[in-house]
Amino acid sequence: MENQTPLVEMRDMQLAFGGIKAVDHVSIDLNAGEVVGLLGHNGAGKSTLIKMLSGAYQSDGGEILVSGEVAEINNPRDARSYNIETIYQTLALADNLDAGSNLFLGRELLTPMGFVDDDAMEAETRKIMSRLNPNFQKFSAPVSALSGGQRQSVAIARAVYFNAKILIMDEPTAALGPQETQMVAELIQKLKADGIGIFLISHDIQDVMDLCDRVSVMKNGKLVGTERVEDVTDDDILAMIILGKNPTKEPS
Amino acid sequence: MTKSRQSYISSLGIDGRLLGMIGALLALWIMFDFFTGGRFITPRNLFNLSVQTASVAVMATGMVFVIVTRNIDLSVGSLLGFIGMMMGAFQVHFLPDLVGGGHWSIWMITCVFGIVLGGAIGSFQGWVIGYLTVPAFIVTLGGFLVWRGGAWWVTSGQTVAPLDTVFKLLGGGVEGTLGETMSWVLGALATIAALCLLFLSRKRKKAHGFLVKPFWAEISVAAIIGTVIIGYAAFMNAYPVPARAAKRIYESKGMEVPADGSTLVYGIAIPVVILLVVAFFMTFTAKRTKFGRYVFATGGNPEAAELSGINTKMLTVKIFALMGALTAVAAIIASARLGSADNNLGNLDELRVIAAAVIGGTALTGGFGTIHGAILGALIMQSLQSGMAMVGVDAPLQSIVVGVVLMLAVYVDIVYRRRAGL
Repeated sequence: MENQTPLVEMRDMQLAFGGIKAVDHVSIDLNAGEVVGLLGHNGAGKSTLIKMLSGAYQSDGGEILVSGEVAEINNPRDARSYNIETIYQTLALADNLDAGSNLFLGRELLTPMGFVDDDAMEAETRKIMSRLNPNFQKFSAPVSALSGGQRQSVAIARAVYFNAKILIMDEPTAALGPQETQMVAELIQKLKADGIGIFLISHDIQDVMDLCDRVSVMKNGKLVGTERVEDVTDDDILAMIILGKNPTKEPS
Repeated sequence: MTKSRQSYISSLGIDGRLLGMIGALLALWIMFDFFTGGRFITPRNLFNLSVQTASVAVMATGMVFVIVTRNIDLSVGSLLGFIGMMMGAFQVHFLPDLVGGGHWSIWMITCVFGIVLGGAIGSFQGWVIGYLTVPAFIVTLGGFLVWRGGAWWVTSGQTVAPLDTVFKLLGGGVEGTLGETMSWVLGALATIAALCLLFLSRKRKKAHGFLVKPFWAEISVAAIIGTVIIGYAAFMNAYPVPARAAKRIYESKGMEVPADGSTLVYGIAIPVVILLVVAFFMTFTAKRTKFGRYVFATGGNPEAAELSGINTKMLTVKIFALMGALTAVAAIIASARLGSADNNLGNLDELRVIAAAVIGGTALTGGFGTIHGAILGALIMQSLQSGMAMVGVDAPLQSIVVGVVLMLAVYVDIVYRRRAGL
């Protein structure tokens, strides 16, 4: 595991807004079939860091490597071309459009004449939804008419449909009930088994301990440290988040 | 009770709003017909009404895209004036020196010139809005002043007249119509095209195994569409050309005036044909192109659109370019109808256009609006105004009524949306 090329490496990433260093020389990495949790308080810089990977922000410095090669990511379109898909905390859905239009937004299926093929998109949406969320039925309603869980499954379907290799999930369970949270947890296990690398941003230490292989903790824009989940306790992680202190390790 | 009513409204979906608007329009027409003693629903009046509506309706279809993306364009009336003056000066003072006076190509070159000019000005305003991030309200408020001033400057305020004779046909005068036979042909073709689209869509949906409307519902929709189109053609063909004008037309074609007393009829006016083409083009753009999809996605959630890789800045440029080009089309209709171009052309049209789009169900909060709604909105506005004028309502009261109707229409729309859960 250690000597294989990581799926993603973000090296020495920097981004400042005005005078504030939102991300200050942070390096993290992610392997295929691995879930890495990103923890930290609000404003610790975890979302900002990950938005440089998804193309929403452009970095001030540092480099991103995908499968060992330097990747030029200047906008969301670039990120998608590296099979990097993002599920945003806000879900980033156009509320006035239906599920199919949202799923294919920016990547519409076209007829041979080059026009938008809504029927084909609805058919594909029905297919993927029958796998992800069999209860989903409202294919022609605008997504504003859907429940929180249904909206979440549209956002997830969008990321999964296009053969993501690298998946970024920003607080995927924040707005969900227990049953839907369980659904997301199962999905993460399934995607992991398919060899997809996942960055999971969360507030919930328990979530991270259950779902992740490694966890990176950020505080005030800096990386506190990255630990294997089995090597640390909840309290260690809490100390990293609150005090910015690495767990004291036995010298090996 | 409330629940069943809600599901009834939501199951009607977008058609519920459309039916409401058609109902309101018919109610207006019947009311005005009653108060004018049967002078409103006549071939003559509906001909005039459709010609008067065309210019504003053409611009309203473009305004739908502008408002759907949470922008506004206050400059369209002034821009119409400026482009109208430019086209007038171009075809009267410039082109005749180039190709010779009365040359057959003058009207075409003028139209292309106007549309390119409108597109270029629209692009520029869109670029300032999208890339320099100056709010659309400010940019187009500036444009409102700039282009009205510009319109004066083209000829230092002088009216340009007379315009090219072929160009004037685009305004829909006595000769600016399709005539009887072509009106029937257009009506038949439009009906066949509408039916084909309906049934192709049904076939496609069935092929994917989706639920389709019951067959009788499809047939009724088709029957209504066919009746409206053919009915309109028949109505326009029932409007006789005055005897003196008919005589002139016959003579200009070197024909004898028929002795049996039969006479020429108007048929469908050319501005209405232009409007139909624009309506088809814009509906298709909204529903079946990536550009149209991105317009609505950006209106619904600009951030989501950007995160999906949509270049929303460039999108803004394109939307305003389209608005500018459509303003030029409206300028062609308006100046051709007058037969001259003057400084007053398009005065206050921006308000009529915005009102038409909004009455037609375009939400200023973005994301919602339809092309057919905007055209119906324009028709309702025009019906209200010419109806009141025919009844003899005082001018100040006319504007009060129009203002109240505008507010009422938007309130009804808000209630409708809330009930439908949109």
